[in-house]
Amino acid sequence: MSDESIFDLAVRSLYYGKFRAVRDILLSIEKGTITAFVGPSGCGKSTVLRCLNRMNDLKREFRFDGQIRYLGKDIYAKSVDPVAIRRTIGMVFQKPNPFAMTVYRNVAYGLKLNGYKGNHEEKVEQALRAAALWDEVKDKLHSSALALSGGQQQRLCIARAIATEPEVLLMDEPCSSIDPVATRKVEDLMRELKTRYTIAIVTHNLQQAKRVADKTAFLYVDTSGGQRTGYLVEVGETHEMFEHPKETLTQEYLQGEFS
Amino acid sequence: MTLANSSTAFATPTSVGKVDLGQLERSLRRPRTLFSFCMSALCALVALLAAVPLLSVLFMLVWRGAARFGPALFTELPPAAAMTGGGIGNAIIGTVLVVLVAAVISIPVGVLGGVYLAEINPDGAAAGVVRFSAKLLTGLPSILAGVFAYTTVVLVTGRFSPLAGGIALALLMFPIIMLTTEQAILSVGREISEAAVGMGATQTQVVYQILIPTALPGILTGVLLALARGAGETAPLLFTMTFSDYWFSGQLMEPTASLAVLIFNFSKSPFENQKEIAWAASLILVLIVLVLTLCGRVLSWRASQRKGASV
Repeated sequence: MSDESIFDLAVRSLYYGKFRAVRDILLSIEKGTITAFVGPSGCGKSTVLRCLNRMNDLKREFRFDGQIRYLGKDIYAKSVDPVAIRRTIGMVFQKPNPFAMTVYRNVAYGLKLNGYKGNHEEKVEQALRAAALWDEVKDKLHSSALALSGGQQQRLCIARAIATEPEVLLMDEPCSSIDPVATRKVEDLMRELKTRYTIAIVTHNLQQAKRVADKTAFLYVDTSGGQRTGYLVEVGETHEMFEHPKETLTQEYLQGEFS
Repeated sequence: MTLANSSTAFATPTSVGKVDLGQLERSLRRPRTLFSFCMSALCALVALLAAVPLLSVLFMLVWRGAARFGPALFTELPPAAAMTGGGIGNAIIGTVLVVLVAAVISIPVGVLGGVYLAEINPDGAAAGVVRFSAKLLTGLPSILAGVFAYTTVVLVTGRFSPLAGGIALALLMFPIIMLTTEQAILSVGREISEAAVGMGATQTQVVYQILIPTALPGILTGVLLALARGAGETAPLLFTMTFSDYWFSGQLMEPTASLAVLIFNFSKSPFENQKEIAWAASLILVLIVLVLTLCGRVLSWRASQRKGASV
């Protein structure tokens, strides 16, 4: 594991209108690791993840206060084009969301966006193999992606995200709408992919964080200001977090005493 | 133990505690049950009555209109007074032509407007005004669309023409297309457009590569319903395109025949031959509108099936 950091977050506040959704997130995400964001519903873990590729720009009234450095560059600087940022950062969503086109064209979509000049078929096959989906879909590359099962659709979305070989893969509760067998496959896949990509994952499932993540960030909700504002309680090596957490809140949550 | 015996094993008492079990049986003798039955029957009767006008119009059209069906109906010009024979060839061409002109204007305006309302700036003040006026325009009396085209096109160009007629019809059609396009794009779902945005697609790429192709069945439904509306309109054409007894000359700036105006003219005629032609033209017009509407419905049904399959 190298210590080269891909992301350095110093988030003061994230607002939706007047509502302060998240405060005080200070952490780095290192190259070639899996970082898990865990915490109760409403703690802002997805909101934080979606800052990393500026997906929150789509939400009206969203306001960012702080700094996120990606490879040393502040991605919330005025001069930065969010579209360009997203091309080097892949994203996998909670609900499998393949486009209503063929399996092949789903995976090739990113190549088309990036104006990739090389052999598309080769890249598509590589991505599908890397997503452990090739054997299941090689005979139906040209039929609709919507005909695949939920778990296959989610692995297709992973293949689509990695076809352009992004630097980072963001996964927003990627297993929350697929069955346990498919979940196992996606987890195996994440462990394999981290040799080539840096992964940040949001998960509700503490066991999943324990199984796949190198580092775990625990967020909690602060209700003291009359608002439900999420904040970072603690971040560290996953086994440290689960076995010897520094904060009592972390200990109580990770050991399932409340949620 | 057999099931036949079991009925005695579960023999029910007539009352348990405060509950009279006899009251739980269904019976029309009870006033509230009888009232409910009568009201349901009334609803069914009224619903059937609503189908009577449509079915009787269709019946009359087929009965009276089918008599003149034949090659001549499609290949000949309308008969003059006191003549025999004749057809509605020029009126069919004219209707197709004017609807085509209206489509060329209203489809781009409607689809691009719908994209703006659904995706580009749905919450802006401009979108609010446009959406509200489109909704009002769908209820615009069609004769006013004719008046509009008469003053802005006919008086300016000095001619009755399919161009003026097309503009009048487009005014009635584009709000339908715009509002259905908005709905069709909204129904694609945030997740799908987020997937494209997350990959680094620009807004234009999201719209043209993902949203419009995915929403296409819904958009086409709106287009077909709008075409059906346009094809059936008479009032706006009466004083924008008027009528012609001759074939379309290839000139977009000449008075031109249309089915709707032919029906309007000939149904008032004292001559039986012209009346028969009007019936036949009505049947053709209804068939055109029916086919367009059915295609639209089938498309929207298939779109909803596909959406169901993807969940």
